[in-house]
Amino acid sequence: MNLLVVKKRQNYIMTFFVLVVILYYGAVQVTGFELSQALVSIPEAIFWSLSNFYPTVSSMKNLPAILIKLHETVFLAIVATTTGGICAMIFALLSTKGVPVFTVMCRLIASFFRNIPDTVWAIVLLLSFGQNVISGYIALFFATFGFLTRAFVETIEEVGASSIEALQAAGATYGQIVFQAIIPSCITQVVSWLLFMIETNIRSSTLVGMLTGTGIGNLFNIYYKFFDYHSASLVVIMIVIVILIIEAASNHVRRMIL
Amino acid sequence: MAFLECKSVTKEYATTTALKNICFSVKNGEMVAIIGPSGAGKSTLLRCINRMIKPTTGEVIFDGINFNRLNSAELRQQRRKIGMVFQHYNLVNRLSVVENVLHGRLGYKSTLEGILGKYNESEKEDAFKILARLGMEEQAYKRCDELSGGQKQRVGIARALIQEPKLMLCDEPIASLDPSAAKVIMDYLLDINKSMGITCLVNLHQVDVAMKYSDRIIGVRKGEVIYDGPPSELKKETIHKIYDSKTGELIMD
Repeated sequence: MNLLVVKKRQNYIMTFFVLVVILYYGAVQVTGFELSQALVSIPEAIFWSLSNFYPTVSSMKNLPAILIKLHETVFLAIVATTTGGICAMIFALLSTKGVPVFTVMCRLIASFFRNIPDTVWAIVLLLSFGQNVISGYIALFFATFGFLTRAFVETIEEVGASSIEALQAAGATYGQIVFQAIIPSCITQVVSWLLFMIETNIRSSTLVGMLTGTGIGNLFNIYYKFFDYHSASLVVIMIVIVILIIEAASNHVRRMIL
Repeated sequence: MAFLECKSVTKEYATTTALKNICFSVKNGEMVAIIGPSGAGKSTLLRCINRMIKPTTGEVIFDGINFNRLNSAELRQQRRKIGMVFQHYNLVNRLSVVENVLHGRLGYKSTLEGILGKYNESEKEDAFKILARLGMEEQAYKRCDELSGGQKQRVGIARALIQEPKLMLCDEPIASLDPSAAKVIMDYLLDINKSMGITCLVNLHQVDVAMKYSDRIIGVRKGEVIYDGPPSELKKETIHKIYDSKTGELIMD
C-alpha cells in the first residue's frame, strides 16, 4: 500500500519534468531562441563588456552631470513613493472599513493601477503630458499606489483584525480605531513596504526616465546612443552605488523600528 | 423585565445555520457558562448579543433596549455597557499595557479625543486601579508583546472593566492558557461577578471549569440550546448529548 503511494508520487514528479521539457521546447519553437547559441555568446559578451564598458578618466568629467541627474531620479522615486503611499493608505483604510461598496471599489481601482506596468503608464502618459518629469512622476505614482494599496490591505487584515474587533466591541469609532489600533500595530510593516518601494522605484525610474526623456535614464540613453560606453558604464555604477546605500539605510531603519 | 433577553435569535450563513431559534434570558448578576463543541455556535451567540454579528432574525434586548433598532452611533453607546474578552486577547501588541487598558474608554470619547489619545486624569487613575486589582500594576508601562498569555488576558479584562460595563462577554478566555494561568483568570472573572455584581457570559471548552465557576450552564449543540439550568442538575447523559459523544469518549468519564 505504502509502496504504491511512493510510486504514485514518483510518477507525479516524472510527469512534472516531462511537462517542463515540453514547455521549454514549445517556447523555443515559438520564439526561435536557442540556448546553445546564447551560451556560446556569453564569453563574447563578457569580453566586449570588459573591453568597452568601464569608466575611464575622461568619462569622469561627466560625473557632476550624472550626479545631478541621479539626484533628480532618487528624489522623484521618493516623492512618488511617499505620495503614492499616502493615497494607498487612505484606500487601504477605506477598503478595510467593512463597507462592502468601498471594499469592492477600492480593490478594483487599486488592481487596475497595479496590473498596468509603470513603463506602460510612462508611454501612455508621454502622449498626454509630453517628455517631462511629470509623466515620469505620475507613472511611478500610479504603479506605487496600486501595489502599496494591496500590500497595506493585506497588512491591516493580517495584523490589525483582532484589535479592530476589540475596539469595535468597546464602542470606538472607525477614526479612533485607525489611530489607536490599526496604525500602531501596522506601522513597522508599512514603513518596511515604503522603504522597499523606494528601492524599487529608483530602479524603475531609471527605466521610466529612458522613456520620458528625463533623469538618469535619459542620460544613460544619450551616452549609449553616442557610443560613449565609458560614461554609460559610470552611470550604471553610480545607480548601483545609490541603490546599495538606500538598501543599507533602509535596513538600518527597519532594525531601529522593530 | 429580564436584564438580557435573546428572543428566537437565528443566524444563517450562505450554506449553514450557525444559530437556530435561540431563546434565553439572563438575570442581573448571574454567572453563566456556555459550553458546547467547537463550531456549535458559542462565539457567534456571544457576538450576536453585542451585534458584532448581526442576527438574521430574532431580537436581543439588553438593559431594556432592543439592539435591533439601533443605528450605528446608538449601537456604539450601548456597546460601552458591554465588555468583551477574547481568546486571543486582541490587544495592540506594540502599545503599552496602560494604553491598551485605556482603549476601553474610547466609546466615551469624541472621535478627535480618541484619535489623539486624550484621556483625563480620573480615567488614567482608574486604569491603574484596575491594573492593581488584577495584580498588573508593575507591568503597566511594559509593551504587551513582552507579557505572558495570562498577563495579556488580564490586560484584556482590564480593558473591558474600564468601560464600567454591566455585562461581560468572555469568548473562551482561558482556551489559550496553561492550567494555572487559566485558574487565575477564572478566579478574577468570578471575583468581578461576585464583588462588582457584573453579569458574566463565559464561553468555555472545559465542562469541569463551567461546573465549578458558574451559577448556570447553557449547553449548545449545532446552534441549538440543549441544556439551560444550574450546574448541579447537569447530568452526564446531557453532557454527552451536548458533545454528541458516548460514555467513555470524554476525559471526565
